Amino acid sequence: MQQIINFFIRNKNFLLFLLLFLFSLSLTIQSHSYHRSKFINSANFLTGGVYESVNSIGRYFDLRKENELLLEENNRLKSILYNQEDMLSSTLLPSVDFKLITANVIKNSYSATNNYLTINKGTNDSISADLGVITSKGIVGIIDKASGNYSRVLSILNTNSRVNAQLMKTDHFGTLTWNGDSPRYVQLIDIPKQAPLTSGDTVITGGRSIIFPKGIPIGTISSFSLDETENYYNVEIEVFNDMTNIGHVHIVINKNKEEIKQLESSDE
Amino acid sequence: MNNQVTLNIIRFVVLVLVQSLVLNNINFLGYVNPYIYVLFILLYPIQNNRLLFIFLSFLLGLGVDLFLDSGGVHAAASVFIAYIRPVVLKFAFGMTYEHQTVKIGQSEIGQRFTYMGLLILIHHLVLISLEVFNSGKILLILKKTLFSSIFTLILCVLITILFSQKSK
Repeated sequence: MQQIINFFIRNKNFLLFLLLFLFSLSLTIQSHSYHRSKFINSANFLTGGVYESVNSIGRYFDLRKENELLLEENNRLKSILYNQEDMLSSTLLPSVDFKLITANVIKNSYSATNNYLTINKGTNDSISADLGVITSKGIVGIIDKASGNYSRVLSILNTNSRVNAQLMKTDHFGTLTWNGDSPRYVQLIDIPKQAPLTSGDTVITGGRSIIFPKGIPIGTISSFSLDETENYYNVEIEVFNDMTNIGHVHIVINKNKEEIKQLESSDE
Repeated sequence: MNNQVTLNIIRFVVLVLVQSLVLNNINFLGYVNPYIYVLFILLYPIQNNRLLFIFLSFLLGLGVDLFLDSGGVHAAASVFIAYIRPVVLKFAFGMTYEHQTVKIGQSEIGQRFTYMGLLILIHHLVLISLEVFNSGKILLILKKTLFSSIFTLILCVLITILFSQKSK
């Protein structure tokens, strides 16, 4: 017994080091698996509050640009309004089943391999996990964790992110992923070989998930190649959104989410 | 003594805030960010309670992790360099360290460079390999480590020079 205690006292530095190191490793591994990082995230009271107050100063500098963006969007919406027959093919939200909530981005990252954004709306504004986040230009990510006043968004620039996407011309669909290299490009995988691809084609979200409505723009095809099995295309997509510069976002709430979920789980 | 404690507490808070609010938005060339919060570990007094020192380094890393949504990568890297610091100290300062007379703020520039450079390099290597977490991307890891280390080292040396002048 004496021996064991002596051993502990002699090696206390190393043991403490080992303990803390393993603890941080476990946190790291947790954060690498989707939806599992429990306490260490920037959507909590302390870090969210600090980001919020700093961001409120920074927001003044962007006012001019934000105004221009709003004008641009207004123009687009007006042109849709005046050309009613365009309604069907437009990129406007296709049905009233979706509700939009606006929020401010208070923290954005894009240089790591797993990027997250923090926004200043949370469960108090009826926001929960697994809601889609978009801007007027296109897709941003999916809400992954929500606290009272803040929530964390899993950016499309995250190697864990998987979003259903399809071509605008045809209904061939695949999965949108990111390889961690450049914030300007994301990858679309599992597009069947039969799909007629040309660079410059637009890629939009597919309606196959309950998170995003169909038709949110993502980006344009910049290059594509067949994968090792030669059955599917790997497509490089240049995103419409400048992911390094995001101020206001819209959160998409699917009003029929519960109903669809119930229906899908009922046959299990 | 009391002065030292307050100084370190202030340094801790300021470094975490500066790191997460300012330096992490630099993204030089798209991915190069300096991580100067390691300065806390580099400048921590040499005659110390090692248990407390390792624990404080852990808290420092965890604080940065909280802000950056990075799981535990900063905590892991910080604890690691806190643990191996005595070895690096001995390597960089040699006999002077054995006699416990080293003052990092007043040491020779060459010795200070080796000491800081080594610790920063090790810290960044652990940090970035954990962050990327993919052995297939070794090149990316090495590239990021090298550029970020250089950036951090330059900033750290500049900051120590800037602040050591005042104390003389």
